[in-house]
Amino acid sequence: MKKKTTMTVTDIRRLAEGVFSMKLRYPEGDLPEEVKPGQFAGLYPNDPSKLLPRPISICRWDPDTGELQFVFRVAGAGTASLAAQRPGDSVDMLGILGNGYDLEKLAGKRVLLLGGGIGIPPMVELAAALAGRPGTGVTAVMGYRNSDLFLTQELERYGNLLIATEDGSVGTKGNVLDAVREASVRADAVCACGPMPMLRAVKKFAREQGIPAYISLEERMACGVGACLGCVTKTVKTDSHSHVRNARICTEGPVFDAEEVEI
Amino acid sequence: MREGTCGVKPDMSVNIAGVELKNPVMTASGTFGSGMEYSEFVDLNHLGAVVTKGVANKPWEGNPTPRVAEVYGGMLNAIGLQNPGIDVFIERDLAFLKQFDTKVIVNVCGHTEEEYLEVVERLADETVDMLEINVSCPNVKQGAIQFGQDPKCLTDITAKIKKAARQPVIMKLTPNVTDIAEMARAAEAGGADAISLINTITGMKIDIEKRSFVLANKTGGLSGPAIKPVAVRMVWQAAQAVKIPIIGMGGIASAEDAVEFILAGASAVAVGAMNFHDPCLTQKVVDGMEQYLLRHNIQTVRELTGAVQ
Ligand SMILES: Cc1cc2nc3c(=O)[nH]c(=O)nc-3n(C[C@H](O)[C@H](O)[C@H](O)COP(=O)(O)OP(=O)(O)OC[C@H]3O[C@@H](n4cnc5c(N)ncnc54)[C@H](O)[C@@H]3O)c2cc1C
Ligand SMILES: Cc1cc2nc3c(=O)[nH]c(=O)nc-3n(C[C@H](O)[C@H](O)[C@H](O)COP(=O)(O)O)c2cc1C
Ligand code: FES
Repeated sequence: MKKKTTMTVTDIRRLAEGVFSMKLRYPEGDLPEEVKPGQFAGLYPNDPSKLLPRPISICRWDPDTGELQFVFRVAGAGTASLAAQRPGDSVDMLGILGNGYDLEKLAGKRVLLLGGGIGIPPMVELAAALAGRPGTGVTAVMGYRNSDLFLTQELERYGNLLIATEDGSVGTKGNVLDAVREASVRADAVCACGPMPMLRAVKKFAREQGIPAYISLEERMACGVGACLGCVTKTVKTDSHSHVRNARICTEGPVFDAEEVEI
Repeated sequence: MREGTCGVKPDMSVNIAGVELKNPVMTASGTFGSGMEYSEFVDLNHLGAVVTKGVANKPWEGNPTPRVAEVYGGMLNAIGLQNPGIDVFIERDLAFLKQFDTKVIVNVCGHTEEEYLEVVERLADETVDMLEINVSCPNVKQGAIQFGQDPKCLTDITAKIKKAARQPVIMKLTPNVTDIAEMARAAEAGGADAISLINTITGMKIDIEKRSFVLANKTGGLSGPAIKPVAVRMVWQAAQAVKIPIIGMGGIASAEDAVEFILAGASAVAVGAMNFHDPCLTQKVVDGMEQYLLRHNIQTVRELTGAVQ
């Protein structure tokens, strides 16, 4: 069940230059039934001139404390206003949105997680969920700009972690696929979130390896719930909802089988 | 205005072209899908009517992305009327809406007269209460101009649709004209049972860092609170010009906004882009309007239409 909920900020901290972690707690007795890795929420900036929720991926979910963790980059005025919140403040949130990763398809496999920049946060919840599945191996390869890393400790907890940096200051110099090739990582499936050029390269890589790739897409959104048709991506086949070759990233996605979308 | 009795539930019902709505609050086309998406948030049984996303005779792919952009106090959209076509619409969306005790208004779009008429005829035997005709679609025969931007063209298409339609016809006016009163009269002259306004105002946003257009379509329709004063003014001007009922919309964010439209001359209102800000807004507008009537001791919402002095 999707809802607009007034959440309480319990923690906010800077993780790297322009990157913030924010924890939001649900009101007592108002928890969502299920939160899947790869799902997201719409966070409303506390500014009446800004109407639309900001889609931000779920980085961690703790059903015991009722807290969601988000990690976001300040990209504009909306995320800047979120970064200025303090513990005890309220943030309105639309959630939980999107499909998330299909864990059944990944269980028992060697799963390669690829995250680029601000595509890294959702990989933490995914790594945690997969690590709990028997026989499932997790290798996370994360790409950063430079040595200003974030979320590495969290990722190390759930599997092997390899790092690529654009400037070569940590790990492999280059992108995540350079690091994968350097370490000759073997995998049965790949999950990726990051900028479009990276996702295109991941699709090609998975095809060469003959393994499935599940990629998380991004697009400008308005409603976040499938009503406005603002957030579509081109699909290979006619989509069962739209009956044209467009799927809604907020509803059918954001996670898609790379072979089903034209990117 | 007559004096109401304090504490008695006010009468929220309105009658548009012979169709009795339990209250004057509708959804604005394209902002509420077919109702399915928002039925998780609001009980559709509580709404005066659900107005569906524009539907054409065949599926439309719509525009490339980005299709939406936020602007100060509003948003731009250039969805391009993506829709699954009338067959799927009837099978899936209308079937879904039938379960609810609310009126169903189907918004219709097309590139040519024939396309509009095909949809209208296909809906003749369906459980649809009213048709809303979006004349802001480009008229392929007349180049870039929209059906709704030329009074003669608007009267013509209204008359043809009226002839083919089994349900009352609402003509939805575009604000991208010089004289809205003239367009309202043109729709009335063609036999429209009601008019609705306003559709979005054409706008643009430029990313100064990339020095490029934010929307793939370059231009998009502006909606949200930023357009409300323009919409209220146009509803008032249209109300001075015609006798047929008016459905007012444009930036409604609260019950107070809705009352403003009614006072300007609207018989009913529609909530659009602000559903994206608050998915429960339609319900809040219904409740808030009822509170307003109670607070002012007004017995029926109908007394408020055009009551601005
Ligand atoms: C499914 C999904 C998950 C995301 N997860 C994260 C995350 O975990 N961490 C993170 O830092 N960012 C994430 N993003 C990107 C994030 O939504 C944008 O950076 C944010 O909306 C920018 O808002 P702003 O007001 O600061 O920027 P502005 O540029 O001022 O925003 C203006 C408008 O454009 C939209 N917008 C701007 N950039 C983007 C973008 N890249 N994608 C979608 N909409 C955008 C905004 O939502 C807003 O409506 C995600 C995007 C999507 C679609
Ligand atoms: C995303 C979006 C899609 C829309 N699609 C349609 C449509 O299919 N047909 C139509 O007649 N109007 C459409 N509209 C216009 C609205 O119904 C309404 O007239 C306009 O947005 C002004 O109201 P608002 O400011 O409350 O949104 C759309 C508006 C938005 C924001
Ligand atoms: S954001 Fe409205 S359909 Fe996805």
